Amino acid sequence: MDRVANALGLYFRLASQSVRAQLQYRLSFVLTSIGGFVTTSVEALGVWALFDRFGQLGSWRLAQVAFLYGLVNCVFAFSEALARGFDIFGKEFVKTGNFDRLLLRPRSTILQLAGHEFQLQRVGRLLQGIIVLTWAIVVLDIDWNAGKVLLLIFTMVSGVVFFYALFIFQATLSFWATESLEIMNTLTYGGVETAQYPLAIYRRWFRRFFTFVIPLGCISYFPAILIFGIEDPLGTGVVFQALSPLAGYLFFAAALGFWFFGIRYYTSTGS
Amino acid sequence: MPQIFVENLEKRFRVAERKAGLWGAVRGLVHRRYREVEALHEVSFSIEQGELVGYIGPNGAGKSTTIKILSGILVPSGGRCEVNGLIPWENRIKHVAHIGVVFGQRTQLWWDLPVIESFELLRDIYRVSPADFTRTSDELIELLELSPLLDVPVRQLSLGQRMRCDLAASLIHQPDILFLDEPTIGLDAVAKLAMRSFVQRQNKERGTTVLLTTHDMDDIEALCTRLLLINHGTLLMDGTVKDLRSDERRVLVDFEGVPQLSAEHASFARERNGSRVIFRVRGRVPEFIADITAHYSVHDLMVEHPPIEETVAELYRKSVR
Repeated sequence: MDRVANALGLYFRLASQSVRAQLQYRLSFVLTSIGGFVTTSVEALGVWALFDRFGQLGSWRLAQVAFLYGLVNCVFAFSEALARGFDIFGKEFVKTGNFDRLLLRPRSTILQLAGHEFQLQRVGRLLQGIIVLTWAIVVLDIDWNAGKVLLLIFTMVSGVVFFYALFIFQATLSFWATESLEIMNTLTYGGVETAQYPLAIYRRWFRRFFTFVIPLGCISYFPAILIFGIEDPLGTGVVFQALSPLAGYLFFAAALGFWFFGIRYYTSTGS
Repeated sequence: MPQIFVENLEKRFRVAERKAGLWGAVRGLVHRRYREVEALHEVSFSIEQGELVGYIGPNGAGKSTTIKILSGILVPSGGRCEVNGLIPWENRIKHVAHIGVVFGQRTQLWWDLPVIESFELLRDIYRVSPADFTRTSDELIELLELSPLLDVPVRQLSLGQRMRCDLAASLIHQPDILFLDEPTIGLDAVAKLAMRSFVQRQNKERGTTVLLTTHDMDDIEALCTRLLLINHGTLLMDGTVKDLRSDERRVLVDFEGVPQLSAEHASFARERNGSRVIFRVRGRVPEFIADITAHYSVHDLMVEHPPIEETVAELYRKSVR
């Protein structure tokens, strides 16, 4: 318990350091946050325009899609802000050899990278996600009970953890390839785009991939079905839908395992 | 068991061969050739607690690689290595709590933070108690004359100032072992002397084991009793500074006018510049001088060790692979 408290204490010290540094450049912070809000809002308008033109997407209503959209954007905004150290790991730590410095300190590398930067500017995407999610919840007229509220919270935490794990995977890959990591963006940013729509509209292989390999559906679509209180066109049961967010935590554990395996391949830089 | 124990240490890197130019880069995407580089080859040595050891070798010899393995940053390709009874890369967290490392080329401090805040973060990272921190940091601040620098962000420090701060930062947790990788690189004479006397003091008074790499032979002569010499990843020498000094001497003679040396004397002459001749003599130096002064009229004369750089450079050249 003591160790956890100590680790958390250090995390907050490091993170608050980074926040203070960002607030030194106030204008830049404000502008990038607004920028984030505007770009993601344009995406949201795109989804709305689609529905405005075609009415609905199969049996899916705009508000249901908006719910998924808001959920995944909120969750991803948190992950991006929290996992920034892993996002920039290849460029700023491996390529430069700065990772040496973290390895020389008697603390977990995960803890140090987590504390490296808490990126405030992601508040733009978060705000936009919250607005869309709130609108969706109001319009959907969901039959709320304690279980559903808990499931929503459980799902959101799981989602943050899921995307965090993707950033850890991306960081670990840079032990082998410092530059060719664009492919990971198809999973992070691509994942956000994918999860904005109901999993049921995709092809089977694609659905399986995003359920069993990269459990994106488990932190968005499946629990959302239960919250909506509708039948899943894919035929999953209530128990599966309620427990599926667990996959996010398992995915995170796998990412940690991969990280500690990859660290042995770190080669540092000359002198 | 010695404090630092290294046996048959091996490190190989796989380096992608890149062809020059844009076309070469494009070809490298499709078909890349790798070349194996042997950074360390069967390196063995051991260091006892309290030793102050110099580690020298030309650029790319494997010095930094060794230090990085000893400090738990790199995993070797083969061989054994234990520091304080721990395998550095397997017990990294436990291991690095007891060592201090300074890389002359790169700071361990937070670039944007004032020096004192970096120290305080390190206090939390190393879990140093407030009482210990105050005592140690006060002492370091006094010895390294850091008080005027404490509120300055690290990026605004001069190189000499930064190195002093880095040195202090590496000692906040009172490590038993200090690894210094080129600690005097780029420093001016004053800063170099300050650095040396501090390291010496730390070693003498605290008994801190020090392993330092350098290109500056004056560092070695001023500080180290023992010396490891490496080139092409192979240890060439493990001995004292005295071992580097052969019995050869440079005898510098200013003659009255340009001398007509006898064939025998001319064979000792290494450099001639008008009336000045530098001889290289092994053993029997007094006899040689007596002989010279008896045969020629000598204006002035000086005997000295050949510069240690020359001996070292000679050793490097001999080790060409």
